[in-house]
Parts: sequence; C-alpha cells; structure tokens
Amino acid sequence: MTRLSAKKPEPGPGGGRPDLAQQATGPSPASERAARLRGSGLAVGYGDRIVIESLNVSIPTGELTVIVGPNACGKSTLLRALARMLPARAGLVELDGQPIGSYPPKDVARRLGLLPQSPVAPDGITVEDLVARGRYPHQGLLRQWSKADQEAVDAALARAGVADLAPRMAGELSGGQRQRVWLAMALAQQTPILLLDEPTTYLDIAHQVEVLSLARGLRRDGYTVVVVMHELALAFRYATHLIVMAAGSIVAQGAVSDVVTEDLIESVYGLPCRLIEDPVTGRPIVVPLEEFPDAPAQDDAA
Amino acid sequence: MKVSGGANVATNGPASSGSASPSWASRAGPTNRRHVVVRAGTLALRFERRALIVGAVLMTAAAAVAAAALMIGDYPLTPAQALGSLFGFGDDPLARYFVQNQRAPRVVAAAAVGAALGMSGCVFQSISDNPLGSPDVIGFTTGAATGALAQIIVFDAGPAAISGGAVAGGFAAATAVYLLAWRRGLAGFRLVLVGVGVAALLQACNALLIVRASLTAAQTAAVWLAGSLNATTWTEASLVTVALAVLGPAALTLSRPLGTLMMGDDLAAGLGVRVERRRLELVAVGVALVCVAVAAAGPVAFVALAAPQLAKRLTRTAGTGMASAGSMGALLVLAADLVAQRIFAPTQLPVGVVTGSLGGVYLIWLLAREWRRNPA
Repeated sequence: MTRLSAKKPEPGPGGGRPDLAQQATGPSPASERAARLRGSGLAVGYGDRIVIESLNVSIPTGELTVIVGPNACGKSTLLRALARMLPARAGLVELDGQPIGSYPPKDVARRLGLLPQSPVAPDGITVEDLVARGRYPHQGLLRQWSKADQEAVDAALARAGVADLAPRMAGELSGGQRQRVWLAMALAQQTPILLLDEPTTYLDIAHQVEVLSLARGLRRDGYTVVVVMHELALAFRYATHLIVMAAGSIVAQGAVSDVVTEDLIESVYGLPCRLIEDPVTGRPIVVPLEEFPDAPAQDDAA
Repeated sequence: MKVSGGANVATNGPASSGSASPSWASRAGPTNRRHVVVRAGTLALRFERRALIVGAVLMTAAAAVAAAALMIGDYPLTPAQALGSLFGFGDDPLARYFVQNQRAPRVVAAAAVGAALGMSGCVFQSISDNPLGSPDVIGFTTGAATGALAQIIVFDAGPAAISGGAVAGGFAAATAVYLLAWRRGLAGFRLVLVGVGVAALLQACNALLIVRASLTAAQTAAVWLAGSLNATTWTEASLVTVALAVLGPAALTLSRPLGTLMMGDDLAAGLGVRVERRRLELVAVGVALVCVAVAAAGPVAFVALAAPQLAKRLTRTAGTGMASAGSMGALLVLAADLVAQRIFAPTQLPVGVVTGSLGGVYLIWLLAREWRRNPA
C-alpha cells in the first residue's frame, strides 16, 4: 500500500474524546484561501552555514500546518525565518501581502505569534504574570494594563486549560503544564497566526495529544496554526496541511492523504518502512522495517 | 473571511474549558491584590503592590539615613538644627557650613552614586541573567579605574580629568567586552566569562600602573581606588545627580523590554521587541550609570552586585526590579558612608571599604545558600 485514504469518520472508542472522531472530517482545501504568510526564494542560515536555500512556502490560512522532517533539515530554521527571528539572506517573507520587515515589530507581534523551542520563565514568576507577558505588543510605556489585557489573559488561561494554575509559580510546574502555560502566553498575544516550534518535544504522549488537540481546536476557531514536530503518527493525525522537509527544502506538501507514501518516508528519513492505517482516524502510521535478529521473521514477504 | 484571534480567545475561551470557570472566580481576588493599576485618561500604569511597598520602605529608610547623616558628626546637630541649617535658617553659621557644604553634598552624592550603581547592576544582571553579571565583576568598573589611574599616574591630572578618565575607561572596557562577547547576539554567560577575563587583564594593568607610579601618585591612586566620598563637594554631587536625572528615567523606560529579554531572545522578538537594539541601549545606559558613579566616588565595591539581588529578594518580583534596585543602592551607599565616617572617627574610612567588607559577607552568604539549595 502506498497511499492511504484519510476519510474514515470513526465513532471512536466509547466515551472517549469526542474531538478525535471529528478530526478527519475534511477542512476546505488549503490552496483556496490566500496565504497570509508566505516566503519566496528564502535563503536562511547561521553564520557561514546555509541551512535553507531558495525555498518557497506559503502557509495556508485557517489550516493546521505541520512541518516534519529529519533532524537538522531546517524545519525550525524555516519557522524562525517566517517569524522574522532569523533574517533571510535572500528572498522575502511576506505577511498579509507586505514584506514582514516593513511592519513595526509590535505590529507583526499582533498578527503573528511564535512559541520558541526553549523559552525561559523568569525566576519567581507566577503563571498569570507569565501569561500576561504575552500582552506586550498590545501595551505601551504609558498604557501598561487595560481591561482588554486582563480579559485576554483570563481567556487565554482558560483556553489553554491552566486557569487553575494561575497563582502558581511557573518554575514548579510539570513539563506538560508548563507547555500549556507557554501556549496560554502565546494565546494572550491574540494573533491570528500562531507558530509553534516543537511544542510536543519532551512531553509524554498524553500531553502531546493535549497540546495538539488544543492546536486543532484553535484552528477550528479560525486560527492559522503552524507546528514543527517530530512524532510522525501524531503529525499525520492532526495536520490539515502537511509540509515535509529534507535537507533545507520542501519535498512534499498538501493533505496528509495525498502526500504521505512509503517511498516519501524512505527517501526523506532513509528508513525503509511500511504504512499502516491508524484504526481510529484512518491516517497513516509509519512502521519501520529493520532487521531484528531476535524478532520472529513473520512479516518478511512484501 | 479572517477571524481575528483576539475575538476568538475572548469569546470562546472561558466556555471551552469546563474546569476553568469556578477557579477563575476565586482567582480574581488575589490577582487584583497583587497589582495596583493607576489610571488617568489614556495613562494606565501597573505596579506590583509588594514592589511599591518595598520601594516606599527603602526610600523612607534612605531618607532617614540621609537625615541622620546631616545630624551626626564632630559637630552634632538636632534634627531641627540640621533641617534649619540645610535651608539656610538658623543662626549658627558653623552648623550651616557643615550641613550645606560638607554633609549635604556628601549625602546627595551617596544617594545618587548608590542609585546609579544599583540600577546599573540591575541592567547587567538582567541582560546576562546571572547575579555575577554585574559591572564590578565583568570589568566595567575595573576599566573605569584604569582610565582614572592613567590620569592620576601618567598625566598627574586633576579631579575633573580623573572623572573624565574614569568615564572613558569604563566605556572602553564595556565596548571591548561587548564586542568580544558578541557572536550573533549577546549571550549572558559569554558576557560574564569575557567580562571576567577582561577584568583580570585590566586589574593587572592597574597593578602595573601603581607599581610604576611615584609614591604620592600611588597614594592618591590607592585612596581613589578604595572608593570614597570623603572629599565630595557640590561639583561632584550635582554632576552625578544631573546624570542620574537623565539616565535613571532611561533605565526605567527600558526595563519593560528588558523584562521581556529575560525570557529569551526569540520570545522577546516574537513579542515585538527589537532585541539587539534595545540591548545595545540598555548596555549604553548601564555603562553610563556605572561610569558616572565611579567618576564621582571611585569604584565603590559590591553595591552594583548586591543591591539588585537584595531588592529582588525583598520584592519577590519576576520583573527587573529596576526602581527597587536603585532605591536599595542608594540606601546601601548612604548607610555604608555613614558607617565609614563614624566607625573610627575622627579617622574617616573610604566608603568602598565598608561596602566591600559587607558585600564580601553577603557574597559568601549568597553562594553558600545557593550551593546548599542545589548542591553541584
């Protein structure tokens, strides 16, 4: 099997999470809506090292775009370039039809939020104060706190499911809680576009699912969400638009069912594999093919 | 159609998380008690209540020490006499002379130098995210000393030139540290490591200058190096006050983006902070503050290191604590200078000796405490 059909509205396990079942019911095709965020002819790198060379990408508006690819393929670099953390050596990042550099920084920060890989919580900060830091682009020296700020913070805390953690110290939270708090901070920023750089790394599977289903809920509410991540099964499960990268360029993009093939995975990761169908969602799951000396040789014949 | 994220969060937020609603209501209380929002027209300033209280207490304490410093001395005065003499009332010309020409400029200079050192320390400790990243550890103070020593020893210069030399030396050292530590941005630990290296180099340079100096020049240099307010006149006091009046508000203004920088460059940039530009401004203001303080009083040890840390422990703020660091610095130098004047009276110690020994004790306590908490 080389291609999997993605439509399989599952009843889901009884009493389970209702959102899982809805997941495969199709979003509108990505290409139909104008992309608010796009990069053309991008070249990005660190120091002498060029990571990405002449790459074109457009982030479909209103989709949950997941970017996957092997280590050091330039996923995070691309995300950071799109969020103007890294200057493009060549090419252009456009936000709402204009070069991203032509906006005042706070203006960009009201349209596009980025949750970086390893943000640092200041010592002794409460969860609520940390989330309130997300309001920075909406504030000024003489306008430090408005009613809208408080409402946005409260709403973001609730949305990320961390309202009950508000008075706690950010430093004493578990990894899963902390990641949701950072997400709440990004939500308090109130940007229609949200870029998340490996938000699930270092989390156990339950917390990964928690974070991703929050991302999916946001997309359903009209956000444009971009997630960089490694875990393929979850990436395929949640993406409404998939971008596969290898060696600094995009090798495939589109709906998961149109894009993911055994050949693609093998060529991108150098890993011979078999795709099976996720019994819940019908999305593909990658099963590596590898010589296991101890394993019973039952599945050899292809 | 594009749905704005804002509207979504505000409307859908509370409903989507069932467990949130109850805790939310109970939380409104404590939240509002931790902050004070001052509103007037379009102005809306937000303060942490505890930081406000601590700041008020520190300033009151500083004012009390300042008042005491006006009264205490070889010519003791009552509070009424001191206050009267300060504003030119009272018929005791000797009291007026002591208060107006000797004690008052010294008190003003002590407060301003302390505030400048405290704020400078706050800037650099926050930038480097490291208590050791303060200007007296990372070579800026040492550089200012090198500039001043060169004036004293090589050029045999007067007080104004010595102050100018201190400012120039401090800025030169800071530029060197900044450029050496800069590599695609400024990382805190690089700033500290490079700074410590530069400080060691300049220290050796200072020692060399003193060894090669004449005896009188070496003596002047030694007194200057200890950091002293003993000969402070209104000239020094007004210079450092005017400088503080410019640099202090600049530092307070920059403390908002600084608080954001403490969460990492990417996050700060994502929130709309011009990271490198703001950091350069912060470094410039921080270096100017420490240089002005050193120019006025010499390298008064440990205040820049200790004041922000002490203030932070009192306010428990997660922000930069710029204002409380400044108040704490002022209080420390005022108090240390009073001790320096009186402890072996009539012999007057340089204030730097007092802050140095107190600071040493503080540093040992700090390190011991950190080590006990997380043994490494």
